[in-house]
Amino acid sequence: MIPVGFDYVRAGSADEAVSLLAEHGDDAKLLAGGHSLLPLMKLRLATPAVLVDIGRVGDLSHVRQDGGRVHIGALARHHDLGSSDLLREHVPLLAEVAGQVGDPQVRHRGTIGGAIAHGDPASDVPAALLALRATLVARGPGGEREIPVDDFFTGFLETALAPDEMLTEVRVPVVAPGTGWSFRKFNRRAQDWAIVAVAAVAAGNGSGAGVGLVNMGATPVRAAGVEGALDGGASAAEAAALADQGTEPPDDLNASPDFRRHLARVLTRRALDAAGV
Amino acid sequence: MTATDDVSAATAATATTTAPRAGAIGDRLLRKEDARLVTGEARFVDDLQVPGALWAGMVRSPFAHARITGIDGEAARAVPGVRDVLTGPDLRDAWQNPMPCAWPVTEDMRSPEHWPVALDKACFAGDIVAVVLAEDRYAAADGIDAVVVDYEPLTPVVDIADAAGDGTVIHEALGTNRSYTWTLSPDPDAVDRAFAEAAHVVSERYLQQRLIPAAMETRGVVAVPAAYGGEMTLYSATQIPHILKIMTTVTCGVPESKLRVVAPAVGGGFGSKLNVYAEELIAVALARRLGVPVRWTETRSEAAVATIHGRSMIQDMELAADADGHITAVRAKLTADMGAYLQLVTPGIPILGAFLYHGVYDVPAYHFECTGVFTNRTPTDAYRGAGRPEATYAIERAIDALAADVGVDGAEIRRRNYIAPDKFPYESIAGLTYDSGDYEPTLDRALELIDHAGVRAEQQRRRDAGEKVHLGLGIATYVEMCGLAPSRVLASLNYSAGGWEAATVRVLPTGSVQVVSGTTPHGQGHETSWSQIVAEKLGIDPDLVEVLHSDTAVSPLGMDTYGSRSLPVGGVAVGMASDAVLAKARLLAAHQLECAEDDLELVDGSLQVRGTPARTMTLQEIAFEAFSAHNLPDGMEPNLQCQVTYDPPNFTFPFGTHVAVVEVDEETGMVELVDYAAVDDCGNQVNPMIVEGQVHGGIVQGAAQALWEEAVYDDDGNLRNATLVDYGVPSAAELPSFKLDHTVTPSPTNPLGVKGIGEAGTIVSTPTVVNAIVDALSPFGVTDVVMPATPERVWATIEAARSSAPAPAGEGAS
Repeated sequence: MIPVGFDYVRAGSADEAVSLLAEHGDDAKLLAGGHSLLPLMKLRLATPAVLVDIGRVGDLSHVRQDGGRVHIGALARHHDLGSSDLLREHVPLLAEVAGQVGDPQVRHRGTIGGAIAHGDPASDVPAALLALRATLVARGPGGEREIPVDDFFTGFLETALAPDEMLTEVRVPVVAPGTGWSFRKFNRRAQDWAIVAVAAVAAGNGSGAGVGLVNMGATPVRAAGVEGALDGGASAAEAAALADQGTEPPDDLNASPDFRRHLARVLTRRALDAAGV
Repeated sequence: MTATDDVSAATAATATTTAPRAGAIGDRLLRKEDARLVTGEARFVDDLQVPGALWAGMVRSPFAHARITGIDGEAARAVPGVRDVLTGPDLRDAWQNPMPCAWPVTEDMRSPEHWPVALDKACFAGDIVAVVLAEDRYAAADGIDAVVVDYEPLTPVVDIADAAGDGTVIHEALGTNRSYTWTLSPDPDAVDRAFAEAAHVVSERYLQQRLIPAAMETRGVVAVPAAYGGEMTLYSATQIPHILKIMTTVTCGVPESKLRVVAPAVGGGFGSKLNVYAEELIAVALARRLGVPVRWTETRSEAAVATIHGRSMIQDMELAADADGHITAVRAKLTADMGAYLQLVTPGIPILGAFLYHGVYDVPAYHFECTGVFTNRTPTDAYRGAGRPEATYAIERAIDALAADVGVDGAEIRRRNYIAPDKFPYESIAGLTYDSGDYEPTLDRALELIDHAGVRAEQQRRRDAGEKVHLGLGIATYVEMCGLAPSRVLASLNYSAGGWEAATVRVLPTGSVQVVSGTTPHGQGHETSWSQIVAEKLGIDPDLVEVLHSDTAVSPLGMDTYGSRSLPVGGVAVGMASDAVLAKARLLAAHQLECAEDDLELVDGSLQVRGTPARTMTLQEIAFEAFSAHNLPDGMEPNLQCQVTYDPPNFTFPFGTHVAVVEVDEETGMVELVDYAAVDDCGNQVNPMIVEGQVHGGIVQGAAQALWEEAVYDDDGNLRNATLVDYGVPSAAELPSFKLDHTVTPSPTNPLGVKGIGEAGTIVSTPTVVNAIVDALSPFGVTDVVMPATPERVWATIEAARSSAPAPAGEGAS
């Protein structure tokens, strides 16, 4: 429970963090809320030589509406998102998901940027962003670029971020008032990672229903089969039966792959029913 | 555990008795301990500042079973801050005797030599193979990583059922993995006859999965040698400083007169700190050898493998009954997992339950046998309830199976079999004398609290409507033997020590009272409860009482805290010492007030001449007179203090009935505990609020076995869930508010009429919850679920029942 020794530097701004990343390369890790990274370091499963602390970068905690999208700073904490009136009004699914991450201590320290950049398929937030068809903003030495969420998660704990890039913002399309949505998180204890979870939004953004799955593969997964079936006029029950299509769910102490496939189908049906699909 | 109870119900039951005096026995006094605990003022072992201490780091085997072929400490010694690396052979001479097992349950019990650091072979993943000494804990952690150990892996014995076959023998010198077979069979022919003549026979196999105690504070040790003179102080997060002191003398050779053991604030134990651990003996040995303090604090990951585990046994349970469901015989056969070695009381744990496999039922024929086997896993030992939860689980699950066979419900089958109230004291077939009991009222009240008829109606409605979330109701009634224990009884069980407890009550010259107790609280609230006993006896304010404990220099006599013994043995000793102090005070007051002793009455902490309030002496005045000794009756010793050592004449037998309501989602297998009622009888209650706290925590810990917790091993003998992320200790969020009530049937065997409540909730809640799950799933034909009832396991059980295929074995089937 004691990490390997490391150096610690604090970045005062996003640009400084990016230049520190460029300076230290693969040896460096960004530290935000620390609720994924520090446990891995204490178990000596992660051994970064340098921690770049971005916890005091001041201008990345915002939640604001910008036209048809809500912009969320990467350092906004789960608790702030869960209790944001703006988010509750315009993207209620994401507010609900943020309010169910971990436990109150995790939600008060953990950040949305960290939950995304860690690339953990068991994390709730990425699945919601898939359902909502969000866009992620990365800042690197050459400036900012937008990455569609579907292109972001590239492998187990791997993302499209370059080693010298930092996730700075999440841009989520406003969900039209009255649009149905649902988040179904299945776990044994309130504070646990989801064994499987389903984030669903009925329609909107001109692109039909969106369904994201938690812990059903090496990355957060879009339930493309479900979405396609719904676009083709299938009923919720018919579409939900395809929820595990194309997934490769993990095998662990909480569930076998087959049970996860079963859960994904059941939870998707319940989510679609709740969302009024 | 923060679930709240239904206070109004609890209050209703006590309302019939006269209100207790504020701060005395029966008052819901807030705990004296809590302010310093919640403000961080309390000092735990890891908080102790010890200048110059070296940190020990334990190099642990990653293999469950492996020969050690070489240890290279060179790279570790080169780590900045690392002072040395020591192997088992390096340290062998530091100990005069191997690690102690104090409970050789049979004359022919086989026990392997167990040294604090393995000499040539690791017998479980987590076994210590070398020790790193470093200047701080960080260097120690780096040093552990740098030690290179060569192993020759051997085939591990992971499964309990495989162990007795001796396919691989773990301890070659013993020639077998079987440690002992212990039998209690007063009349084998009577048992055979009962089964031959039975109208109903229930034959079930239950698996008690391994549990990790997971106390909030992990263990920790600091051994501090005196600069000269040979004295040694051992600070340890232990439940048993007194026993640890004796065992440290025996193993390390520090003369007992020069050894002091202190348990500072201790953050829970649940039996896991009722032990003598390798790290304690390593710290003392190194501190002695080097002449500097040596310390170690267990990490949470270490705690999962290095601190003892609980339960872990296979139970074959059989009941014979007549046509009406009256039980005519019980036959219980256990295979109990000792783990890799015998720790302090490992072999005796199943024996603590051996007498209770017929539970609260009047049974005329009884057979019990237990075989203890070694496996390549963490040693097992006492875990809250220790043997009695296992026994209660077996009988309370089996009687539900009998009810199904007979065709009556769980309440009715119990009513037909309860020991009748007019039979107490009850001589049980297993050889115990149950002190007092009246079981049926606890069942009646629990069913009332849970709205039994309403739950059954709703259950039926859901079934009729074809709903997919099913309701289930489970009942379990328990009796436990606690208050360990009459010393002569312990002797008959081959336990090495006695079961008495010591207490001193001392009224100081300025009027405050010191209580010295041999019990060692680690969360129970003894300081509050003992103060209330003294306040009751001496008629004073409990704030005047200070309780000293858990330091062998302050409290040299004691048998420590475990087995729900502290109140019925230690608390009773405090009460008796208080009585003796009052008797002495009366002699002195009668002498100085020039009256007959019988004319004195105790009023608000003063002794006054009956009818003459002006002629009075306060306790403080009497204490000062005893201290100054200017005017004592002839022959009276100075000072107002008395010591009592109390050896109870019998165990105590708390009992009660719990009822659980669960919802089971047939589509996901999720079980939710939605309602829970507990009616317990622990005799007289010193502090009902503390009783309720014990019941709350106990219910949660037992429900955790039913629903969440299991130490899962892979085929190589590695613990797969050694973190609190993966090991499912529940929180308040998973639990309903509990509905509590109690009855009061005082114990006739001690003057306070108390019985003990520390383990009751854990003993009964596990079968209560599992009975509820099985009840919910009975329409599917399900008759058992393997613990813990995880969603996948429950879902698979339903699916298997639907297709009439055999239910899948649990991960913890071994």
